[in-house]
Amino acid sequence: MKDKTNFWIVFLFLAPALSAILFFFIVPVISAFLISFTDFDIYTLGDFRRLRFIGFKNYVKLFEDELFYKALLNTFYFVFVGGPLSILVSLSTALLLNSQLVKFKKIFRTIYFLPVVTTIVAVAIVWRYLYHPRFGILNYILSIFGINPIDWLGDPIYAMPAIIILAVWKNFGYNMILFIAGLQNIPSELYEAAELDGASSWFKFKSITLPLLAPTTFFTSIMTMIGYFQLFAEPYVMTQGGPLNSTLSIVLYMYQEGFRWWNMGYSVSIAFVLFVIILIGTLIQFRYEKRIHY
Amino acid sequence: MKRFLLLLIILFLFQSCKKEEGNILKFWAMGVEGENVSKLIPEFEKKYNVKVKVQQIPWTAAHEKLITAYVSETLPDVFQLGNTWIPEFVALNAILPLDSICSVKGFDLNDYFSGILESNRIHGSLYGIPWYVDTRVLFYRSDLLKKAGWKEPPKTWDELYELSKKIKSITGNYAIYFPTNEWVPLIIFALQKKSVLLDKNYTEPAFTDSEFISAFDFLSKFYREKLSPSNITEVTNIYQAFEEGYVAMYITGPWNIAEFKKRISSKAQKLWMTAPLPSPDSNYPGVSLAGGASLVVNRESKNKDLAFKLIEFLSEPEVQIKFYKLVGSLPSKKTAWNDSNFVNDIYLKAFRIQLEKTQSMPKIAEWENIMVSKIQKYIEEVAVGRMSVYEACKKLNEETELLLEKRKYLVEIGSL
Repeated sequence: MKDKTNFWIVFLFLAPALSAILFFFIVPVISAFLISFTDFDIYTLGDFRRLRFIGFKNYVKLFEDELFYKALLNTFYFVFVGGPLSILVSLSTALLLNSQLVKFKKIFRTIYFLPVVTTIVAVAIVWRYLYHPRFGILNYILSIFGINPIDWLGDPIYAMPAIIILAVWKNFGYNMILFIAGLQNIPSELYEAAELDGASSWFKFKSITLPLLAPTTFFTSIMTMIGYFQLFAEPYVMTQGGPLNSTLSIVLYMYQEGFRWWNMGYSVSIAFVLFVIILIGTLIQFRYEKRIHY
Repeated sequence: MKRFLLLLIILFLFQSCKKEEGNILKFWAMGVEGENVSKLIPEFEKKYNVKVKVQQIPWTAAHEKLITAYVSETLPDVFQLGNTWIPEFVALNAILPLDSICSVKGFDLNDYFSGILESNRIHGSLYGIPWYVDTRVLFYRSDLLKKAGWKEPPKTWDELYELSKKIKSITGNYAIYFPTNEWVPLIIFALQKKSVLLDKNYTEPAFTDSEFISAFDFLSKFYREKLSPSNITEVTNIYQAFEEGYVAMYITGPWNIAEFKKRISSKAQKLWMTAPLPSPDSNYPGVSLAGGASLVVNRESKNKDLAFKLIEFLSEPEVQIKFYKLVGSLPSKKTAWNDSNFVNDIYLKAFRIQLEKTQSMPKIAEWENIMVSKIQKYIEEVAVGRMSVYEACKKLNEETELLLEKRKYLVEIGSL
């Protein structure tokens, strides 16, 4: 009896927060899920009787849609090349900034963190100049080494690498900060002991730094993966998904279908497929996490 | 403190319940037009003793904002719509047919360019009054044409092709610029070839018809023989490319007159000119696109009469000339074109001729999607040589059929 009154009191106190979650999270997600089984489009906005329940047709259409596969493939390319690259760059800069040899650490840390807090739109303008096929500095540097100019954003082969370079440059600062925090948490006695035993710096890195950094690495890689799966702003401002859809990501495709062409039903079904993909990715990483914890 | 906060919240709630005042006319316009149209409004306000609230909306956000406003029932009384957007707002049932109000008020529609007016007519009813017009013509480098031995711009497709080859052989660069991310050239060529684009009340694509294929073929010849760049990033700045002679011809619209004047250096200013489009047959000039923006009235507006008065006011030739001086938008009324501003402008002559020969594209909500995400894609595929024209047309047809499935269903059950 007492428990029951307690429950209602607790519930009453939680109610404001819960109702916010209910109205701004649970209801939208459920209604979106329902919409994914309809052909909600511009005609439906005009007259609700033009809505058809079409069952799994959106999902069936999705798995027959060449453009969706293209977007999926592009996104995987971005996640599996850009993700590890981004972690690697973050880790290396973190190690550099953490070493005893470097001076002006705070200045460098600020500089490396700047791209993270700069808006992508401003960044894109500058990078479009850097990537310019005729006047860009990147091609100028390449030309010193006798390499022919590359049409970075116009060539379907180089467009995605160009986006990856931009994204890595833009995002590595954030993970770098996390890695620096992780590195500073490693007790220095361990390194001292290893030095007394005559361990080389590579050996110290491999046997002390990496294992003890594993929780940080795990966290950053999950967050990076989730973030990178939602690739949107970079291609949206740089290439609009082109050339030949070589930089079309899933979220960009979803946005185009939903807010450009108002195929809401179809767009929402893309969102749910993306959700499942990210869920699977995260589950796999959780599996690995158990093995690497110390 | 708490009481004060509570008071603020209550005030806020009451504020949001406040009713809008009655005699304010709301008007939304986009981009530069929106920025400048408010300078014309005081005259109207004085004449009818009303207040007009002009809101400017950037073009990039316009479409989303209008649809959101429609859904939340906050569309203004009068607003500007690009004439390719009209079908969509008709499908939404958001705008008012204007035929009866036009005939009651004796509003003269004969003064408009027929092709442009036609683009405002859907299922036989007129939904918008053309505010300003635009169409595409040929911009060319007159000195390079002269060097190639041509005194006049090309009048037929064959001439355009021959001239392009000649220019390429002289300059070693490209001759004409057909951006691969633009549907414009292909659609113009198709319309010139009298392709219907979409058949059977716009429910079935006609991209495998011989008219469309031959138009696509003509375009692809320019990419294949390197007469046009087949990659957009080769020309990042068309004005610079034009001045350098990297390209010598470009099909584009009236907004580029001001841009060409501004961005091309003074020593090259005398070297460019405009001309109406060449035609596939001897019927010069060839058809071009019926573009521009119209003024429409919200179906739910409480001030329909006043709303139409504003449209009438903005359609007066004198007001249109003033508007041209403010933003450079070409007037939709032929009378306005008799003004010395237009008669004496050497660049606008081509537009005046071209405006008599324009045609609108299929007037359905899906058309923009078909152009931007389908047609453009296959232009790119053909330009880089990944697909033959025939293959591209076949795929394009298949994909467009899927896009039109809903429309076809709605037409069949009689809901459209």
